[in-house]
Amino acid sequence: MAEKSIEERVKEIIVEQLGVNPEQVTPAAKFIEDLGADSLDTVELVMAFEEEFNVEVPDEEAEKLQTVGDVIRYIEDKGDE
Amino acid sequence: MSQNRRVVITGMGALTPVGNTVSAFWESIAAGKSGIGTVTAFDVSAYDCKIAGEIKGFEPNAFFKNPKDARRADRYAQLAMAATKEAVAHSGLMAEGVALDRERVGVIVGSGIGGLKSIEDQHSNLIAKGPGRISPFMIPMMISNMASGLIAIEYGFQGPNFAVVTACATSAQSVGEGWRLIKDDDVDVIIAGGSEAAVLPLGLGGFGSMKALSTRNDDPTRASRPWDKDRDGFVLGEGAGIVVLEELEHAKKRGAVIYGEVTGYGTTCDAYHMTSPDSGGAARAIKMALKKAGLNPDQIDYINAHGTSTGLGDVSETRAVKAVFGDQTKVPVSSTKSMTGHLLGAAGAVELIACVKAIEHGLIPPTINLDQPDEECTLDYVPHTAREAKLTRAMSNSFGFGGHNATLIVQKFA
Repeated sequence: MAEKSIEERVKEIIVEQLGVNPEQVTPAAKFIEDLGADSLDTVELVMAFEEEFNVEVPDEEAEKLQTVGDVIRYIEDKGDE
Repeated sequence: MSQNRRVVITGMGALTPVGNTVSAFWESIAAGKSGIGTVTAFDVSAYDCKIAGEIKGFEPNAFFKNPKDARRADRYAQLAMAATKEAVAHSGLMAEGVALDRERVGVIVGSGIGGLKSIEDQHSNLIAKGPGRISPFMIPMMISNMASGLIAIEYGFQGPNFAVVTACATSAQSVGEGWRLIKDDDVDVIIAGGSEAAVLPLGLGGFGSMKALSTRNDDPTRASRPWDKDRDGFVLGEGAGIVVLEELEHAKKRGAVIYGEVTGYGTTCDAYHMTSPDSGGAARAIKMALKKAGLNPDQIDYINAHGTSTGLGDVSETRAVKAVFGDQTKVPVSSTKSMTGHLLGAAGAVELIACVKAIEHGLIPPTINLDQPDEECTLDYVPHTAREAKLTRAMSNSFGFGGHNATLIVQKFA
């Protein structure tokens, strides 16, 4: 079985934690405006991404992750380092 | 306080180890059915006490608008929300066409312990993964006032909102303080009650260390046996009880069905010991409730006792009842904890609901497992099976660690 892509794994976490439909989780979707996240959700999401992808996201970088696409790109870049 | 404002019950909701609705709860306790069993929530092989009253088949998502909201609520708050949904639906308060001033609706829903599961889970995260992995939801999930807060958010109730935290007297006091707020004309409606979800490693282990729990592990349904000479402690239970308290004219105006009237509330403290009871404090609470209701002891037809099945507590409550009602009193006294186990912060409201149903059906739920009363326990405890009786006024007692005592009186509405 093929490994899941980063995009798929990110989407799964978002669907699980925010209780949204998978179709809503497009790369352009903004966490707060489009997916109904509040300030606590965003903290929890970043924690879950850190855990899933074994990365550390400093607070000042976490603040810049506004959309689903931002997160996917961020994790892809980190993986290349 | 306006003596003219009367407070009635227009809705009830309950989740208990013997049923997840008020009607299922009532059918079970009227039939003398126990809800106690071996704990299924976690592995109890290392615990002295391996039994509890657990809620069966609970699916929290059904009680929240968004599944996300269920996930970010501790189990105690989930149970409180579920019981509230039943009570509010039962009351018709949110039905179409009801003109409700939501600034005049308050919520007083407490918990003896609060979100213990959230504390356990996040402490495990702290130890295993470090402080950076503590959920941002731990604090809002664990605090004992969050059930009250979530209920207000769910319905937009903007009146007074707080949580009573007095261990096993919590929800009796919640009802009593709500009664006061309605009488004071601060509000027209209070959602009152309590919730508890402490059947967890720290809950079972903590009460176990106090030697407060029954260890009749091989015979769970016979473990909770208030006033019996072979009782060996209480049985931990989980659940929630919620009542909709409403000012009488407000209820009448919208054509609400009235299930009973709360006429008395007394609350005191033993000021004696952290956990051991002093019967004088309980007796004073009972007297205070009678005085508020303008009743003499002989006008009470039934007492739903605190009756936890502990050595000291059962004797102490018996003494308190005798001190107020007289040594030779014939008042029937029963403990529905013999069937539900001890729901801690949910107990008072659940047992008030038992009183309302007992009055409605003219049936006193029994104290099961009372085979041979302790020689110091000589009241009429309605052993084994329910008893038919014409009931007009019932009293419910609740006493909590810390020496908190609360007594409520509910009567048939007339």
